[in-house]
Amino acid sequence: MSGILLLEQALNGLQFGLMLFLLAAGLTLVFGIMDMINLAHGSLYMVGAFLAATFAELTGSFWLAVVLAMAGTAVVGMALEISVLRRLYARDHLAQVLATFAIILIANEGVRLIWGPQVPLSAPPALAGPVQILPGLDYSSYRLVIIAVGLAVAVALYVLVTRTKTGMLVRAGASNREMATAMGVDIKLLFTLVFGFGAALCAIAGAMLGPILAVQVGMGESILILAFVVIVIGGIGSIRGALVGALVVGMADTIGRAFIPALLREFLPPQFASALGPALASILIYVLMAAILFWKPQGLFPARG
Amino acid sequence: MRRWTLLAVLALAVAFPLVARPLGWEFYVGFASRIMIYALAASSLNLILGYGGMLSFGHAAFVGAGAYVVGILMAEGVASAWVSWPLAVAAAGALAAAVGAVSLRTRGVYFIMITLAFAQMIYYIAVGMKAYGGEEGLNLPARSSVGFGLDLKDDATFYYVVLGVLIAALYAMHRLARARFGRVIEAIRENETRMEAIGFATHRYKLVCFALGGAVAGLSGALLANQNSYVNPNLLYWTQSGSLMIMVILGGVGALYGGLLGAIALLVLEEVFSVYTIHWQLGVGAILLAIVLYAPQGLAGLLARRRDG
Amino acid sequence: MTRRLVVHFVGFFALWAATAAPLHAADRIKIGFLSTLSGPNAAIGADIRDGFNLALKLAGGKVGGLPAEVVIGDDQFNPDTGKQLADRMLKRDRVDLLTGMVFSNIMLAVVPAVFEQKVFYVSPNAAPSPLAGKQCNPLFFVASWPNDAYHEAAGQYATTKGFKNAYLIAPNYQAGKDSLAGFKRFYQGKVVDEVYTKLGQLDYAAEIAQIRAAKPEALYAFLPGGMGINFIKQFVAAGMSKDIQLIVPGFGSDQDIIRAVGEPMLGLFDTAHWSYDLDNDANRRFVAEFEKEYKRIPSVFAAQGYDTALLIDSAVRKVKGNLDNKDALRAAFRSADFKSVRGAFKFNRNQYPIQDYYLRVVAKDAQGRIVNKKLGTVFTNHGDAYVQDCAMK
Repeated sequence: MSGILLLEQALNGLQFGLMLFLLAAGLTLVFGIMDMINLAHGSLYMVGAFLAATFAELTGSFWLAVVLAMAGTAVVGMALEISVLRRLYARDHLAQVLATFAIILIANEGVRLIWGPQVPLSAPPALAGPVQILPGLDYSSYRLVIIAVGLAVAVALYVLVTRTKTGMLVRAGASNREMATAMGVDIKLLFTLVFGFGAALCAIAGAMLGPILAVQVGMGESILILAFVVIVIGGIGSIRGALVGALVVGMADTIGRAFIPALLREFLPPQFASALGPALASILIYVLMAAILFWKPQGLFPARG
Repeated sequence: MRRWTLLAVLALAVAFPLVARPLGWEFYVGFASRIMIYALAASSLNLILGYGGMLSFGHAAFVGAGAYVVGILMAEGVASAWVSWPLAVAAAGALAAAVGAVSLRTRGVYFIMITLAFAQMIYYIAVGMKAYGGEEGLNLPARSSVGFGLDLKDDATFYYVVLGVLIAALYAMHRLARARFGRVIEAIRENETRMEAIGFATHRYKLVCFALGGAVAGLSGALLANQNSYVNPNLLYWTQSGSLMIMVILGGVGALYGGLLGAIALLVLEEVFSVYTIHWQLGVGAILLAIVLYAPQGLAGLLARRRDG
Repeated sequence: MTRRLVVHFVGFFALWAATAAPLHAADRIKIGFLSTLSGPNAAIGADIRDGFNLALKLAGGKVGGLPAEVVIGDDQFNPDTGKQLADRMLKRDRVDLLTGMVFSNIMLAVVPAVFEQKVFYVSPNAAPSPLAGKQCNPLFFVASWPNDAYHEAAGQYATTKGFKNAYLIAPNYQAGKDSLAGFKRFYQGKVVDEVYTKLGQLDYAAEIAQIRAAKPEALYAFLPGGMGINFIKQFVAAGMSKDIQLIVPGFGSDQDIIRAVGEPMLGLFDTAHWSYDLDNDANRRFVAEFEKEYKRIPSVFAAQGYDTALLIDSAVRKVKGNLDNKDALRAAFRSADFKSVRGAFKFNRNQYPIQDYYLRVVAKDAQGRIVNKKLGTVFTNHGDAYVQDCAMK
């Protein structure tokens, strides 16, 4: 197995993992601070992608569209929080699951009504070609940019959470909500802002992944479940955990798509090997998730000490 | 009053296929069978969720397991319902027992997540089994054979079999709820610590409840495989678990007929809305949201209130 | 109280069901059109539908002289949805025939119920090998091509062109399996690897890395619809197009993909049973009318939809609108007495077509638009490899 192949697959896993991190970061904050299971997080990702497609069409600039989509999705997220989700903080988890599941249904059809089932979104033309990283490895320049953006956001989040006052409030809220309220933090405002921020992160992921995947109704469902796996593995409320978890899941997905089927093709017919490989990788991820829930329910990097 | 309603509904249910043919409603006989099968699945979840208070987010896996048992046996040449249906129940129950044994050691949101994890694992096993269709699913060449000269291919015959199974299952659950087991489970739901302190082996009771719910789900899966003449991994996907939970809450968590009412409500709503618009999910979502926010007791709660008031 | 509620509920249900359950008239023909009309592959279903509707429009809304009512359903690329919609079309709307499906996995899940109800299915696209061979069915007619055909032609082309080795990729479903089996049947070089991806997969980074490491001379990719759009874009973005010759079947490079990918596709070779520049009267008329009506160039899918309508029209006309005599209708279908846009049309005894297959290339036409131009003929009067397993005469 060549070094180039390993490097390329590592880059692929990194790219997928970093985008998953963007979703997981927002989700883990909401879950950690507000103790709310938010199934509608994937819908914010979808809205972000659709907004980016529309803005790209209107302005002609991909990057401007991403920024506008972030702002738009943050507004949608905060509006959602103020109107509906706020009422769910005090309710039990069943109510939260059902209400946010209902929001998924409403969001899917709402998007279908406004935009139709799918809209096109293309990468900026300058990034349509490859970049030679090594002789023999021309990697897609757009994917490299995705990695760069993902890393930049990760660094920015780290700085925000550990070095700023807001970040400190967020961490306080995550580790002990009652104490934070007692210390005079305006919890309501904090929650709304955190939610809007998480929504903006979703929009980045949605806009950046749009050209590689497809901007379509229902695109949030499959990635949402992976985001939950990530935050369970990483630790609810921990951004560091979300990063580690996302990279683990991203790598596992790539290995499952490429290396395992190649291995299985040695002794299974190609159709069977190709079906079993990704299935095995996914099963392993869920086994890992179940094992962590069982032995270390707080995840690898618990936020609550 | 209660008994009158029950008899009227039963009479309607029995009469329905007979009046359907002359009225040109044959399609709706199949539709009604579908509703009853989902009512069974939702009722089995109600046992776990409503009575047991266990928020299982992986129930679709047990329904799917039962469906796949029937599908796989049929692919291997075993078509008799007397073999495959009990096996479906046993397999789903055993699976639920295994999942429950691990999951019930966790609490709260971790329990929700771990049941989801197990369900997804089983989903991916189904996807990976290319020999039995994998993602493309498995076509069943015929419905299960029950003997007695009855052919389940006939929609009306199948309808009556499903009706019989549903009535039997609901009656059994009704008796279970009234028996000691049912009352212990409800007490555990209300205050587990107290029951433990009194000396009940709460974990064992919850596990049995979970396994029973899974077993009945397997039965509904077996019927579903017959209804569709087709099984595919989608039956096990997490959004299907979500749909079942919607039915339970629409109908009324914990009420005996909650599963039935919820299945009727959801499937009829879908059917009615979809005649007028392809965006029917918007209506269903809005109604569900409204119920969660304003009428947490669901339809059963509304009916109970009307009866008292 | 509850009594009133129950009565109200029953009353409402009855009223609604009465208005929703339509009556069946004997002087019109009802055709169920079930296709993939949403999602990344929607362009294919839309093309088939538009081709089909164009033929109907040009015939004044009639099929075989009978006023036609088309019931349209969207399977959303989901076999469960497809089955439920087909069930409704068969039992509630009581359609006389069914057509429209794009994907083999959905079609294979749906047709058992169709045949059960003794209703004809005329396929404008999917034509999987099981139904060509052992499971051939008198109610099943294919107006497009046998699933393997384009791939067999491509394999033949790759052999003729002298590619010493090839890497194969297709989605993991019946048509995907058929495609690579077809290619291998006629390709005599070495197959480096045979990879099946998840149906509907959109991100091919992992597969592209494996292809790069394998260094094949040629890559044969059967990835229709949205899958193809994404794969070609990502393949080009990874700089692979200059070292590896990409060969695709005709539906991997047609108008739906050209609209989304554009210039990077110029020079791509593909194989198909139809080309927009085929020189016959029926095709010239079809292309001109399609461009006038829909303001876009027709794809091979639109041509198939159009031909399907013409085939059904010819059969219904032959039985003079008497749809109840299934044997006569079947014979009328078999005679395939219509002017197809592909030229000569003839059914094999398994009711799959025998026809020519051409080599095409993606190039610009006289007006600078990107199209698939016919370069040459690969097969003449080509059937399929499964007909010997079919018991029908």
